[in-house]
Amino acid sequence: MTNNLRGKSAIVGTGHAGFGEAHGFTAYDVMAQSALAALKDAGLRLSDVDGLFCTMMEDSMPALMATEYLGIQPRFLDGTMTGGSSFVNYLTSATMALEAGLCDVALIVYGSNQRTASGKLVTASRPPAYEAPYNPRYPISAYAMAAARHMHEYGTTREQLADVAVAARAWAQHNPEAFERGPLSREDVLGARMVGDPLTVRDCCLVTDGGGAIVMVRAERAKDFPKPPVYVLGSAAESSHRQISQMQDFTVTAARDSGRRAFAAAGVSPKDIQAVELYDAFTINTILFLEDLGFCAKGDGGAFVEGGRIAPGGVLPVNTNGGGLSCVHPGMYGIFTVIEAARQIRGDAPGLQLNNIDLALAHGNGGVLSSQVTAILGSHNTL
Amino acid sequence: MLDGKGPDAIFRNGLVNQEILLPKCDDCGRYHFFPRVMCPHCHGDAISWHRASGKGRLHTTTVVRRKPERGGDYNVCMVELEEGVRMMSRVDGIAPDGVKIDMAVTAFVADADGTPAVFFKPAEV
Repeated sequence: MTNNLRGKSAIVGTGHAGFGEAHGFTAYDVMAQSALAALKDAGLRLSDVDGLFCTMMEDSMPALMATEYLGIQPRFLDGTMTGGSSFVNYLTSATMALEAGLCDVALIVYGSNQRTASGKLVTASRPPAYEAPYNPRYPISAYAMAAARHMHEYGTTREQLADVAVAARAWAQHNPEAFERGPLSREDVLGARMVGDPLTVRDCCLVTDGGGAIVMVRAERAKDFPKPPVYVLGSAAESSHRQISQMQDFTVTAARDSGRRAFAAAGVSPKDIQAVELYDAFTINTILFLEDLGFCAKGDGGAFVEGGRIAPGGVLPVNTNGGGLSCVHPGMYGIFTVIEAARQIRGDAPGLQLNNIDLALAHGNGGVLSSQVTAILGSHNTL
Repeated sequence: MLDGKGPDAIFRNGLVNQEILLPKCDDCGRYHFFPRVMCPHCHGDAISWHRASGKGRLHTTTVVRRKPERGGDYNVCMVELEEGVRMMSRVDGIAPDGVKIDMAVTAFVADADGTPAVFFKPAEV
C-alpha cells in the first residue's frame, strides 16, 4: 500500500556540530549548536520552530530536556526512540505533522558527547534478561553473529567485509569534516585487532562526539528559503525485534519491507538512486542493507561491495561522506544519512560532490538490526 | 507450586531444579522463547510448560575478545533447540573459536554470577 505524502514536505536546512571531539560540551550543548546551525542554513530562528523531533542517549525524557534547553514551546513533539533509525523515522512523522497543520516548522535534532564523556558507547539500555548471563558485548556481538551467519550461508568473505571499510575511508579522505582520513587498506582491516569474531576493530564504526539537525517545512513554501529544497518523496519503517536473540533470520533485515514501501511511495526503484547513504555501524550492515533494499540479490552483497565497487569511481556511490565507519558516529548515526543525502542533492556536500544528484536514499538502522527506516529524497526535478 | 507465578518465574524455578522448561502454545502447538504470557506466533494465551530435550544445534556464534588478565576470550552464540526455539548461550568444554555453526550441542544448567542459566557443551557422538 502506498500513501499520499510524496513530495509534501521538504528539507530546507541542515546543520551539524561537535564532530570528532567536543571537549567541555555536554550532549545537549552539541544538540543546540546543531539546531542553530541548521536554522541558520534555513534562514530561520529557533522562535520559528513549533515542531520538535528529538531523542538522545541520555535521560528518560530527552525530547523534553531538549525543549527546555532550546527555550521553545513546540506544539508538536515526537520523541519516539527506535535507536539510530529514529531520525529517519522523524521524516515521516514530521511530514505528517506539517501536512496536517500540527506544526509549520519542524526541527529534527540530535547531539552526543560520547567520545569525550566516556570513550565508549553510551546506552541507557539494561542488558536483556535472557542474554545478560552470557555477557554479549553490546552491540558488536549481535552484528558479529549476523556476519558469521551471512558468511556461513552465502560464502561472504572476510575480505569483502573489509572492502566496505576501505570504501568508506576512501570517501572520507575527500571529506574535511570526516574524523578518520588516513589511508586504510584491506590488509589494515584484516590485520587489525579482532574484537568480536569475525569483526575487527576496523569493521566497527567510530566513537565520536557530534550532533546533527534538519529543518523541514511544507513543500508549498519550500522555495522561499536560501538553499535548494530537498523533498521527502517516500519514507517507511519496519520493526522486527529488539534483542538480537529474537531476530528470526540473521541474514535478512526488516529493511526489505521498509525499502519496498519507501520505493513504492516515491515511485522509483533502486536503479534510479544516484547516492546511497546507509547506517554502517559495522561493515556487515552495508552488505545486508544493499541486499535488503534491492541493490543486489540476497547473498550477493559481498561480491557487490568487493574491490572498490562502492568506493569513489565505483558502480554505486555508497556512504559518500565516509559513513559511521570513517566520518562520524556519535552513538546514533541515523540523522547523518539524511543530511549527507540532502547535501548531495543540494550540491553542497562537504566531501566528494557527485554530479547532478536528483535522487538519493537514506537508510537508518536502530537497535541491533531491529528497526529499519528508509527514506528517498529528491530534488525539485523529481516532483 | 508454580500457581500464581509469571512465566519468567516458572522458567527460573525450573532452572533451580536443574530443569529446562519451555513454554508451548496449546492453540498453535508452537514453542516460544523467551517466556511470555502469550504466544508470539498466533497470539493465543493458553500456554503450557514442557521439559526441553536439551538437544540443540549451533545457529551462529562469535568470540568476545577479552584481555587474558580480565578473563580471556569467551564464546557467545545462538543455539536452536530441537523444539524450534533459539536462545543465546555459550558453549563450554571447547575453545571459543572451536564453536562452529551447525555443530550439535547438549544443554546443561550451571551457575552464572549467582543464578542458574542454560549453557551447552558439544554433543556426544
